[in-house]
Amino acid sequence: MAPISIKELPRKKYVLPGNPSCPGCPETLGLRYIGMALGDRVILVVPAGCTAVIEGLAPGCSISLPVINVPFASADAVAAGIAAAKEVLGEDAVVVVWAGDGATADIGFATLSGAAERGDNIIHICVDNEAYMNTGIQRSSLTPYGAWTTTTWTGKKERKKELPLIMLMHKIPYVATASVGYPTDFIEKLRRAASIKGFKYIHLHAPCPTGWRFDPSQTVEIAKLAVETGMWILFEAINGKVRISPFSIPYKDRSKRKPVKEYIKLQGRFRALSDEELKKIESMIDDAWNTLLKFT
Amino acid sequence: MICVVIKPLTGNYAVAWAVKLGRVRVVSAYPITPQTTIVEKISEFVEKGEMDARIIRVESEHSALAAVYGAASGGVRAFTATSSHGLMYMSEMLWWVAGARVPLVMAIVTRTMGPPWNIWTDHSDFLSQRDTGWLMMFAEHNQEVLDSIIQLFKITEDPRVFLPGMVALDAFILSHTTEPVDIPGQSLVDSFLPERRQPYVFRAGEPITMGNIPSNLKEHMKMRWDIHKSLEAAKKVIAEVDQEWSKLTGRSYGGLIDCYRCSDAKYFIVGAGAWVGDMREATELLRSEGYEVGLIKMRYVRPFPSEELASVLRNAKGVVVFDRAVSPGSAGPMYLDVVTHLTEQNVRVPIKNVLAGLAGVDVTYEDIAGIVKSFINELESKGAISRYIEWYFG
Amino acid sequence: MSEETHVLPLAKPKEGLSQTGTWRVRKPVIDHSKCVKCMMCWLHCPESTIDVIDTPEKFVEIDYEYCKGCGVCANVCPVKAISMVPEG
Repeated sequence: MAPISIKELPRKKYVLPGNPSCPGCPETLGLRYIGMALGDRVILVVPAGCTAVIEGLAPGCSISLPVINVPFASADAVAAGIAAAKEVLGEDAVVVVWAGDGATADIGFATLSGAAERGDNIIHICVDNEAYMNTGIQRSSLTPYGAWTTTTWTGKKERKKELPLIMLMHKIPYVATASVGYPTDFIEKLRRAASIKGFKYIHLHAPCPTGWRFDPSQTVEIAKLAVETGMWILFEAINGKVRISPFSIPYKDRSKRKPVKEYIKLQGRFRALSDEELKKIESMIDDAWNTLLKFT
Repeated sequence: MICVVIKPLTGNYAVAWAVKLGRVRVVSAYPITPQTTIVEKISEFVEKGEMDARIIRVESEHSALAAVYGAASGGVRAFTATSSHGLMYMSEMLWWVAGARVPLVMAIVTRTMGPPWNIWTDHSDFLSQRDTGWLMMFAEHNQEVLDSIIQLFKITEDPRVFLPGMVALDAFILSHTTEPVDIPGQSLVDSFLPERRQPYVFRAGEPITMGNIPSNLKEHMKMRWDIHKSLEAAKKVIAEVDQEWSKLTGRSYGGLIDCYRCSDAKYFIVGAGAWVGDMREATELLRSEGYEVGLIKMRYVRPFPSEELASVLRNAKGVVVFDRAVSPGSAGPMYLDVVTHLTEQNVRVPIKNVLAGLAGVDVTYEDIAGIVKSFINELESKGAISRYIEWYFG
Repeated sequence: MSEETHVLPLAKPKEGLSQTGTWRVRKPVIDHSKCVKCMMCWLHCPESTIDVIDTPEKFVEIDYEYCKGCGVCANVCPVKAISMVPEG
């Protein structure tokens, strides 16, 4: 695939100005990149979550794509149905599920796993802002260890569920992680996924100013720090073959990773993190890299 | 010349044949006894090349209805089937499909709810969904199962309706019992069913949004009102479709209700489902003993046939409504609807609710005749019913 | 309304559903003389309120009617050509 030229990215607005997202929202960023990557080919399946509200009030909608809102646990199944219909009718479409933590890892988990196991021809994007943001910042299984949420006031005691590895073990043709801090990487991965038949999974890291407690101007900065500290690993796996993405390659080397503290200190949700908890997070980063590198 | 093909079919196989003849393109279901053989038969049709459909082998009933809803929203005829707990599991999706105004057809093999685990029939699963906005009808026998599903494709896709619909067939009594069924030819069904119509279709490049928050809550209330109106409008469509089908096959089911020996009856039995067959036998038995009894078979419960019922019962002396389900703390669901709508239609008649056959308990035509006989005797000797709601255990 | 017209839960894309320009407490101001036309601000704006107009005076332009003043553009600009100034 040819490298992405920013100047040549489509300028058409798929996220419209005047939408009700929070300032600095990573979801609108992600949606803009879907528009840039795939444009009018997309049918977007949106379960309950921030984006359902970011669409704004009917009879208007802030997203300029075909959007079907669906019940929380149903997204991948509805998408599978739409994909089957399009195939039957001989109509071209890229069916994309745009699901948050809940609809991916919790209430929608069985549906996700079922669709992956069947190989339904859809792309599932998990827009991971690491809590149930739309309902008021409650913890999800994707909330990281030590993070404050409205249901984990002294910090989450459990670790973040490792969805990308779980999806890797479903042996689907395409698994990738991405970040709103690295749009060209995300766009390339979207286009690659759309060119493959079968079930594709992209896990998009989406720092949320409102829920993580940081200044809205820092969304991209924090997304980049996640990668630069090694907390978030950008990779893709085509038919199970894992390769670390270019922006994460420097951080294979432990000594090149920025100290985790630089990422943590900018976020109010980690304000009460103890030294012991910080050490645990540091060892989790090492573990994550060691595990993933075994697949390369 | 019409070529008649009669096969011995179970109710479930009749469903499968109707789905095949209706040219359904996407099927998705999760197995639950006693629905399983519907999808097994459909899978066989597809794998043998007799039916051109995609089957999505989902991991739950919630996903089954979600998948066929997705396919239907994408513009194709789609179908699913379930029972009991499976219907409860997909209940949330029933509301979504009706609210989204997507025509879709589903078969419910009516099975009681646990605990305890019990695979036998009653109507509690089906009737518990009566607020969802779906068209709902009961089949009495396997021919009606096949005919009704084909008819429902036409009714649900009529622009006056644009709502999903479901057919109930009793667990084991119909689903697994073999009866001779006339299978209409594909060309007959093709001439009867038009190309699928629906209010909107999701396509790439055509940006519409379905279901985002309304700016004016009254618009949402209007949508609920519109569903109600469309169910009312469906009454005419149901009657029209019955007529058209009758012209093609010689089989009419009467539309919303079917009356048996009603014209000169004074006392009436009201029921729905497979045991209506037993109610016909009971009616015959009572008539032979001199009781002037007629039977009203409720085919459709949504929309509820208020005018039709009222016109038959206007001068009745007494009615027994048999319910194979109960809304505990209140009464049987069919009884509740019957009483309400007769009152609305200004029909004053003593009506008794008999709750029988729940949890699959067998009810014979002699049981039914005995119940109705006691009712008539009590009414004629005492002039009033002592108990309006009676549980009958046999 | 005829029997065949229904009230449907449908919507169409529309700009300006909310007057998000009124949300601002600070606003981005671009020093176009410093701009190196890298397009980072356009790329990272969550609101689609930065447009590439490519005129001699300005390469990009901010739509202040809907800009929320989040400050991401100022944060990502590699040459610090964008400053966040108090609104009003």
